[in-house]
Amino acid sequence: MSALETLLLVSVILGVLTGLSVVVLSLTWLERKFLGRMQMRMGPTRSGPYGLLQPVADAIKLMAKEDLLSSWVDRVVYWVAPLAVFIPTFMIWVTIPIAKDLVIQNMEMGLFYIIAFSVLSIVGLVTAGWASSNKYAVIGGFRAAAQLISYEIPLILAVLGVVMLAQSMNLQKVVDQQDTVVYALIQPLGLVIFFIAGLAELGRTPFDIHPAESEVVGGPFVEYSGAHWSVFFLAEYINTFAIASLTVLLFLGGWLFPGVSDDVSALGVLVFLVKTYMVILVIFWVRGTYPRLRIDQLMSLGWKVLVPLAFVNVIITAVYKFYEWPAWSLTIMSVAILVAVVWELSRRMRTAPTPEYTVKLYVPVSEVSNAG
Amino acid sequence: MVDINTEGQLDTVQMMVNMGPQHPSTHGVFRMVLWVDGERIVDLEPHIGYLHRGSEKLCEGELYAQIVTLFDRLDYISNLNNEMVFCRAVEKLMGLEVPERAEYIRVILCELNRVASHLLFSGTFGIDAGAMTPIMYAFRDREKIQTMFEAVTGARMMHNYIRIGGVKGDVPDDFSQRMGALLKELRQGIDETDRLLSFSEIFLARTKGVGVINAETAIAYGMSGPSLRACGVPMDVRKDEPYSVYDRFDFGIPIGEKGDSWDRYYVRVMEMRQSMLIIEQALEQMPDGPTITPSRLVLRPPQGEVYVRGENPRGEIGVYLVSNGADKPYRVKVRPPSFCNLMAIKELLKGTYIADAVVILGSLDIVLGEVDR
Repeated sequence: MSALETLLLVSVILGVLTGLSVVVLSLTWLERKFLGRMQMRMGPTRSGPYGLLQPVADAIKLMAKEDLLSSWVDRVVYWVAPLAVFIPTFMIWVTIPIAKDLVIQNMEMGLFYIIAFSVLSIVGLVTAGWASSNKYAVIGGFRAAAQLISYEIPLILAVLGVVMLAQSMNLQKVVDQQDTVVYALIQPLGLVIFFIAGLAELGRTPFDIHPAESEVVGGPFVEYSGAHWSVFFLAEYINTFAIASLTVLLFLGGWLFPGVSDDVSALGVLVFLVKTYMVILVIFWVRGTYPRLRIDQLMSLGWKVLVPLAFVNVIITAVYKFYEWPAWSLTIMSVAILVAVVWELSRRMRTAPTPEYTVKLYVPVSEVSNAG
Repeated sequence: MVDINTEGQLDTVQMMVNMGPQHPSTHGVFRMVLWVDGERIVDLEPHIGYLHRGSEKLCEGELYAQIVTLFDRLDYISNLNNEMVFCRAVEKLMGLEVPERAEYIRVILCELNRVASHLLFSGTFGIDAGAMTPIMYAFRDREKIQTMFEAVTGARMMHNYIRIGGVKGDVPDDFSQRMGALLKELRQGIDETDRLLSFSEIFLARTKGVGVINAETAIAYGMSGPSLRACGVPMDVRKDEPYSVYDRFDFGIPIGEKGDSWDRYYVRVMEMRQSMLIIEQALEQMPDGPTITPSRLVLRPPQGEVYVRGENPRGEIGVYLVSNGADKPYRVKVRPPSFCNLMAIKELLKGTYIADAVVILGSLDIVLGEVDR
């Protein structure tokens, strides 16, 4: 490798790292502000205009913080675990395009590469939980393993549906295929499965089982502090951005927008970022709205609902491709299945006729006459 | 020990997890030692006493008028209800008459305190279940109530407002108008929380059928208040043995059917509405007049003993007071509702999931200041 190539490689890595760091800083600010507004709070206001410097202040605080270490910690594993989580989340950005031809390395098997790498971060979570020598961390680590492995399957199957539609694993081609109609309209079922499984992969509400603050107090990360904890934190937000980007690329047409030329990279990046941040806001919105599922409910949702649904999605896509039906037929099938499943699920979760009736007003008999 | 069927499965090892006293969802300094098999709780041992201040013993060294402040600090979420029950005990012992207006002010403030307490419960219960937004809405409304308390009593908590023989002073001039506006806002807030949390599918899935206890067991453990009413037992001291002026108001007692966590939650939500009905009626009926019966600065109740019951937001509170004719009580014993409700925790938690432990403990709505005294 010549000196020039090495320099190029280093600058690309640094560039991606810087870009992702900026994204993470913006996301933490956005999340706090957005959740704050949802909860009638201001969010950060003190550091910088609109609290924009708050993430920077946080970063400085985390870096300056003492790294506390419990004496029973398995040191090597303990130090490696954050990297084992962070590196895969960083590696997948090699092949995620953010505008037409704006990608570090365009791969024919791009989606396969992304999935293969993103699975690796489970190892980091389990080892982090194990090495911390903390029982909450162990429980959290095992929860993470169970959860991530279960939801990896519907996620991959949902991606498979898109791959079948696009006949390619190359993200550039997947996006190019969506120039007339985005896949979200052709395959809404796939989008829903991908988004739900993605939320579970991220460990975000309502699937924040492994870091569950009120149960296992932060799960695998409970013993980490300072810079090492911030690496986990960084990985979590890069992952959020990655899942949102993949949602945009696979289902929402990536950098394509009617009336906007995709030849200008800057415009493409802008469209892509706007779409991605919209998806991220939906993720934050869900976080501000829902309680957390229990581990057994999470598992049954994964294995009994999402996995079969994902298979159904693949099958109807295959049938549609094989018989070369018009695109709207797949839309109708998708929507019909989605509505049926949501209706049935909602019915089952509500149990008993209507919940209101289990709590009623009791008025002692002697006072029935004058009770309002 | 609960027998979890593991036949034909891999051998598992039980793990001991120490939950509390430093745990975000043990509501203070409650500690549980859990033995878990994976996510299942096999056995547990509750530990209390981390917040023990010897309040009952401290009472023996204070003048009667000073003890009110100690009662403020028992159940620090519903101070006024606590003050009231102690003052009623002394008044009963001395045969002291309380002016009508003072009784009405007491009832209004106690019911308002009940709403504030239940609001805090519904918010923290949301946090226990993993929902982070409802507590902000609950605290917004509770904050308004605290402001109201500040206007009336001069303090947001630890009011020392209800005195032996009446209340400290009259309410502000614009009390009725402010209360009217406040009640309207509170109603809106409760409806909002209902839409956000109470009927959310995930919340129902998390709380329905979790931590079920039947009426007989609950009574056997000495549970009272909303936790008992959720099992379908319409027991409420305000109805069974009306004290103060509670017999003059029309209100219902919400009862549950199944005795699960959701029923315990929603009984409280419905109680808030009933409390507001009481407040409205009390505001209408409130007569003019003095707010306190003048009595000596240093009270010396006659020799004797008395037991007084009252309905606190958490259940039935009882005060047993023995006087030997001195200026300080000979003995004060409190029957704290949280403590008695907490007794059932072992029964409730066995065989449930770790995540349920948090929800069930939250649904009992304990206040450690009262459990440990």
